[in-house]
Amino acid sequence: MIQIKDLHKSYHMGSNSLHVLKGINFNVKEGEMVSIMGSSGSGKSTLLNIIGILDEADSGSYVLDGVPIKNLNEKVAANYRNKFLGFIFQSFNLINYKSALDNVAMPLYYQGIKRKERIEKAEYYLEKVGLTPWLNHLPSELSGGQKQRVAIARALASNPKVLLADEPTGALDSKTSQEVMELIQGINDEGKTILMVTHEHDIAQMTKRIVHLKDGVIIDDSPVQQVRASVYV
Amino acid sequence: MFDIERWQEIFETLRKNKLQTFLTGLSVASGIFILVILLGFSSGIQNGVKSQFERDATNKISIWAGRTTKGYKGLNPGRRIQLKNQDFNKLSNDYADFLEYESANYMIWRALVNYGKESNNYRVWGSLPDYQFIENSDIGEGRFINESDLNNSSKVAVIGNKIKQDLFKGEDPIGKHVSIYGINFKVIGVYYDPGGEDEESQIYIPLTTAQKSFNGADRINNMSYTVKMPQNFDKGVELSQNITLAIEDQLKQMHTVAPNDIGAIRVNNNLEEAQKIFSLVDVIKLIFWFVGIGTIIAGVVGVGNIMLIIVKERTKEIGIRKALGAVPLSIVGMILQEAIFVTMFSGMFGLILGLGLLEVIGPLVKNDFIKYPQVDFNTALTTVFILVIAGAFAGFFPAYRAAKIKPIVALRDE
Ligand SMILES: Nc1ncnc2c1ncn2[C@@H]1O[C@H](COP(=O)(O)OP(=O)(O)O)[C@@H](O)[C@H]1O
Ligand SMILES: [Mg+2]
Repeated sequence: MIQIKDLHKSYHMGSNSLHVLKGINFNVKEGEMVSIMGSSGSGKSTLLNIIGILDEADSGSYVLDGVPIKNLNEKVAANYRNKFLGFIFQSFNLINYKSALDNVAMPLYYQGIKRKERIEKAEYYLEKVGLTPWLNHLPSELSGGQKQRVAIARALASNPKVLLADEPTGALDSKTSQEVMELIQGINDEGKTILMVTHEHDIAQMTKRIVHLKDGVIIDDSPVQQVRASVYV
Repeated sequence: MFDIERWQEIFETLRKNKLQTFLTGLSVASGIFILVILLGFSSGIQNGVKSQFERDATNKISIWAGRTTKGYKGLNPGRRIQLKNQDFNKLSNDYADFLEYESANYMIWRALVNYGKESNNYRVWGSLPDYQFIENSDIGEGRFINESDLNNSSKVAVIGNKIKQDLFKGEDPIGKHVSIYGINFKVIGVYYDPGGEDEESQIYIPLTTAQKSFNGADRINNMSYTVKMPQNFDKGVELSQNITLAIEDQLKQMHTVAPNDIGAIRVNNNLEEAQKIFSLVDVIKLIFWFVGIGTIIAGVVGVGNIMLIIVKERTKEIGIRKALGAVPLSIVGMILQEAIFVTMFSGMFGLILGLGLLEVIGPLVKNDFIKYPQVDFNTALTTVFILVIAGAFAGFFPAYRAAKIKPIVALRDE
């Protein structure tokens, strides 16, 4: 599903430049659930953003579902994001003046799907994340865990190939984190490829493979025995 | 444009950004409002000035004589120049090809006029039949002086509508007799004049009668002509200027007046005055458009600014939308359509408010130089057109900026 070879990325600020990714190599197969670990500032988000076509690498190659991602114009990039990728962010990134339902329906709008069908699909995915009673609530009326579940429903709505999650539990307490992870594990159980960034060890243990990032390179990449999330801790 | 989903999106964002939307709308609405009021008043001024010229025929040339102010060929200054019938006959003859209507006038400035117990002082003109057309007066009842009145020196009078009201108090004056300094004149007509009350407070009698009855001999006070107008207004102005100058020169020679003496012989040319005032009105119109457009530009810059702020405030949202698959064009379309919609809507509001105000205060304006301030359909259409352009302009830069933001940069925005 994802093939990455010798990926490099630097940030330039004035005359200073910061070499964040120094030759990343790794592949992700369909149906995998991978976490990217590393200390703060190690380049986890940078890598995930490149995989999410939100940012571009300086060099190296990246192939997503057989399509080389290189020098895309913004229109093509937007279409690929819409078709291939679902995003879950630490800070939820919901549109605060739209209801849960409209937030979830938004990626479908950019697919050109008619409103009636959009609403049906959005309702379906909100039910899947257990938010049917909250369809018409604004994000400000929801708890953190509920907001993240709206975001997950939104990421699923366009039925993407890969789900990308950057610290999905970073803003949640431990009980809510367990709930959200349980949901994400369930999605992976159904076969969806999931790539997740976290710096929390116990959260990483809930995936099936951990890629460890340090000083711009992968220092460890090994499968783990998946720990199932438990709402009752 | 006709995507109903897009409209729903727009209404939603506008509803959620009430304050910005309101401020945006206010600046455009007031811009258009001011433009409409200015345009209304410029057309009001135009109407007012036009009606001022309706007092007399626009192509009128009027000749008066006074005292010399300069010595000339051994004659002392202060000499009184008297126009006579022969002056009039000579000019009428010499310029026959260029003149339309002609009248020599002998005038009593303030004559005591009686009807029964009612009396008052009015100006009395001994005139020729053409004078009706030179003065632009309408005969409402009866008739004006004619050739046979003139030949017979008939004691007949045409009175202004104001005199009819003053002296006759609703009685029908036709066929009744008024006395002017004790001499009875039969009223044969009543005239109306668009120039107003002053112009309707005069009495016309045949020139021959006036000269005989009031000690005029062959003297006249004034000669009035209208110039035959060619198709082209500017040509007409040129022609009447030339005639004016030629007549002035000729009269000065005939009466031995210094060529540079401006007091002794005065030739007034309405057309030249009209042209001056009309071009002044054009300048006023231009200034009003200029100010109005300036106001709109200020409004547009304001809208652009506010849209920029909105785009900036919504940077994160734009990032989210891009992450979810919004192509740049859809972002541009959204911002642009929003801007055009807001400017159009609030502009229309300003337009209707302005037109409404003109409609209400228009009839209340009682000034000789401003009449019926209003905005015609074409002008209104033009302002609407300006609005659409303005909206597109106001939206363009913010939209361009929004489309250019990289999704990752937009998402990082807090
Ligand atoms: N847009 C940027 N401009 C400059 N430096 C950046 C930018 N984004 C990230 N960085 C720097 O790059 C390094 C890696 O950042 P990031 O990928 O966000 O790390 P992580 O997600 O692992 O905490 C950090 O030192 C961070 O300060
Ligand atoms: Mg990070």
